[in-house]
Amino acid sequence: MGRKLLLDKAHIEGIRYYDTYRNNGGYAAAEKALKSMSPELVIEEVKKSGLRGRGGAGFPTGLKWSFLAKPEGVPRYLVCNADESEPGTFKDRYLMEFLPHLLIEGLLISSFALGANCTYIYIRGEYAWIPDILEEAINDAKKNNWLGKNIQGTGYDLEIYVQRGAGAYICGEETALIESLEGKRGNPRIKPPFPAVKGLWQSPTVVNNVETLAAVVPIINIGGDEYAKYGTGKSTGTKLISACGNINKPGVYEIDMNISVEEFIYSDEFCGGIPNGKRLKACIPGGSSVPILPANLLLKTAKGEPRMMTYESLNDGGFATGSMMGSGGFIVLDEDQCVVRHTMSLARFYHHESCGQCSPCREGTGWMKKVLLNIENGKGKMTDIDLLWDIQRKIEGNTICPLGDAAAWPVAAAIRHFRDEFEWHVTHPEEAMIRNFGLAHYADPLPVVATAAAV
Amino acid sequence: MAFRGMQSFRTMAEEKKLFKVKIDNITVEVEPGTTILNAARLIGGDVVPPAMCYYSKLQGSGGKCRTCLVKVSKGSDADPRPMPKLVASCRTTVMDGMEVGNITSPEVLDARKGVVEFLLLNHPLDCPVCDQAGECDLQDLSYEHGVSATRYEFKRRTFDKIDIGDHIKLHMTRCILCYRCVFTADQLTNKREHGILGRGDASEISTYIQNSLDNDFIGNVIDVCPVGALTDRTARFKNRVWFLKPVDAKCECTKCSGKAVLWLRGDEIFRVTARKDKYGEVEEFICDTCRFERKDPKDWTVEGPRKVSRHSVISQGHYVGVHKPDETIAKVMDGRAPKLLMDIHDISEVNMPAVDLSKIDGPAHSNDFPKSNGVQ
Repeated sequence: MGRKLLLDKAHIEGIRYYDTYRNNGGYAAAEKALKSMSPELVIEEVKKSGLRGRGGAGFPTGLKWSFLAKPEGVPRYLVCNADESEPGTFKDRYLMEFLPHLLIEGLLISSFALGANCTYIYIRGEYAWIPDILEEAINDAKKNNWLGKNIQGTGYDLEIYVQRGAGAYICGEETALIESLEGKRGNPRIKPPFPAVKGLWQSPTVVNNVETLAAVVPIINIGGDEYAKYGTGKSTGTKLISACGNINKPGVYEIDMNISVEEFIYSDEFCGGIPNGKRLKACIPGGSSVPILPANLLLKTAKGEPRMMTYESLNDGGFATGSMMGSGGFIVLDEDQCVVRHTMSLARFYHHESCGQCSPCREGTGWMKKVLLNIENGKGKMTDIDLLWDIQRKIEGNTICPLGDAAAWPVAAAIRHFRDEFEWHVTHPEEAMIRNFGLAHYADPLPVVATAAAV
Repeated sequence: MAFRGMQSFRTMAEEKKLFKVKIDNITVEVEPGTTILNAARLIGGDVVPPAMCYYSKLQGSGGKCRTCLVKVSKGSDADPRPMPKLVASCRTTVMDGMEVGNITSPEVLDARKGVVEFLLLNHPLDCPVCDQAGECDLQDLSYEHGVSATRYEFKRRTFDKIDIGDHIKLHMTRCILCYRCVFTADQLTNKREHGILGRGDASEISTYIQNSLDNDFIGNVIDVCPVGALTDRTARFKNRVWFLKPVDAKCECTKCSGKAVLWLRGDEIFRVTARKDKYGEVEEFICDTCRFERKDPKDWTVEGPRKVSRHSVISQGHYVGVHKPDETIAKVMDGRAPKLLMDIHDISEVNMPAVDLSKIDGPAHSNDFPKSNGVQ
């Protein structure tokens, strides 16, 4: 069933090391790209593949690459965003830890395509042991002339540096990452100018996620057209999903984007269902900042169709009844989990991680956390729920970077879909200390909205 | 600034084509590269979005406070799509044919109200004891756009007051983190020793391990601060600004232009500041010697009174150009005159309608009201 492109060789013992990786077909794509293809041709292949950014926004990678400004005499940079700090997302860690050479090969091909001679991997500080793995891999690649000067006699030079972050979620935002990489305080820049015009050291820069860059390797290996045959519609290829929460088998799964959410949660190949015979209550399908969905809306869209694990299907219905693919952090909540507590926990995270540069996010995230903490502790008022709605509405879209939106969406979605539970917390403060609201009606089938009638 | 250079080169080739922008249905022609805020300032008046962090003299400032958010309802003639989000007008450059909504857009006014609420959330609101009161941008902003009550029910964030240098007091609790002083210290003085520590709502302006700020021009951080977070220690708690009389004065100074404003009461100089334009921005930065040490009137040549042109609290005591509101009672009552139950002047001798209070010099006194009602 599940066809794999990235993790197909992950089970081979010693794949972390250069020799094993090379003997199992590694660096074939790099050889093909550097020796037989032009940079334009590589970009063309990536465009044909329909690869979309795996970091969260899902922007077409080929298009992003073609935006890169190419002034004469100015260096261009590729930066690999390995600052994976979103609660619930841990797919890049797996890739870098077990398949470092896949990332390096992807970086080599992408840098070649973009004409960058200097490439950085910005890795989050908490991944303390991974830079060593990456640096060992870089050294091995260098010894075998896959990095450094005149790579494999093609005349192309490339250096890859690993830079550790200092523990800030905001440095996963591309302009904050660039600031941090330059040695400054990790404040997001005000756009425009975009990094493609003025990025690292005022030079044109592309920032891509680890998984995106790794996916370039299979694209070159099998060709863009072949890659596009995986998945459904505009969600081409395979996606790494890091599943966690109340499931039998948490872990990183590579999915062909043509399976349904229900299959992903309940099949033995993936999550393996919910432990102890509990029932599904809610799920955050794409990392902590995307809207949470109750079970009934998660498994079926508002139109009554089964929801698929694709960018489009997860987004079906917009934020009113849908969510987002995000970065692929799949968090499952069973009937014993409390959505209020969960939302409070996320609000606390965003309050802690706000950089403090612009006022709505700096002040609003802390306010939301305090109000949610009150509701959670049984001191809430009915008006607090409307107040929360108003705060998130005034943060969303009014901030410099998407962290404000990311802080506002989970709260908005929790109130939108789980208002009953919030109200129950306010009206039953003592009971809320002892027990949870439970599953309630959140898994009941929804009446199918008649959409075709208007036509 | 290679990028800007490139742009100006291109515009020269096209013989300086001006961009037409419509802000609140008023059209203005500006040079390419102008921001929406500066285009609005060319129009002037109510369509100018308020700005708490943008400072035209400081490079890189702006975009942080979000009070200047505007709605771009039409991107340009070439690409008429509206911008999906509200944009910071101080950092967004105009396009030809752009249409912008500021006070005509309910969405903008709503968002601005939210921003003011956020800015005041952790602000101590200690205006009665704050030296900045009367010339405070945040005060003006909240009078115009804020609400009278707060919905915040929690403890406000506080910091200890610290002295940074001999002349400057930092009261971080009042700060709105506009970063203006950081840019000033960075761009005006040689050695920057202060910046932002911490993050989120715990971030604070501070110096490098509480170093003192001693530099010939560091005093300008006081002038650029929109609130009372940075105040002049030589003038702290000496007087309220609206009791002082501002005059333009000049002195011979080797370090700066010597053009300053003296804040006088009688012949005594209470404080010296730089001259500010109508948007509260310093025209020419002055040095610390002029600001903190030249407090003797003999040092200065007075040029004339300073006009405070803004609708700030500071100018509330000056009755210049005040119009009396029209009498509306007759209109409301269909032309009938109101029935007077009792004329206060029958029993009181003060507040005669014949006496114009605004023409009396100083507080009104019973001598100002000649006893004319037959009692004489």
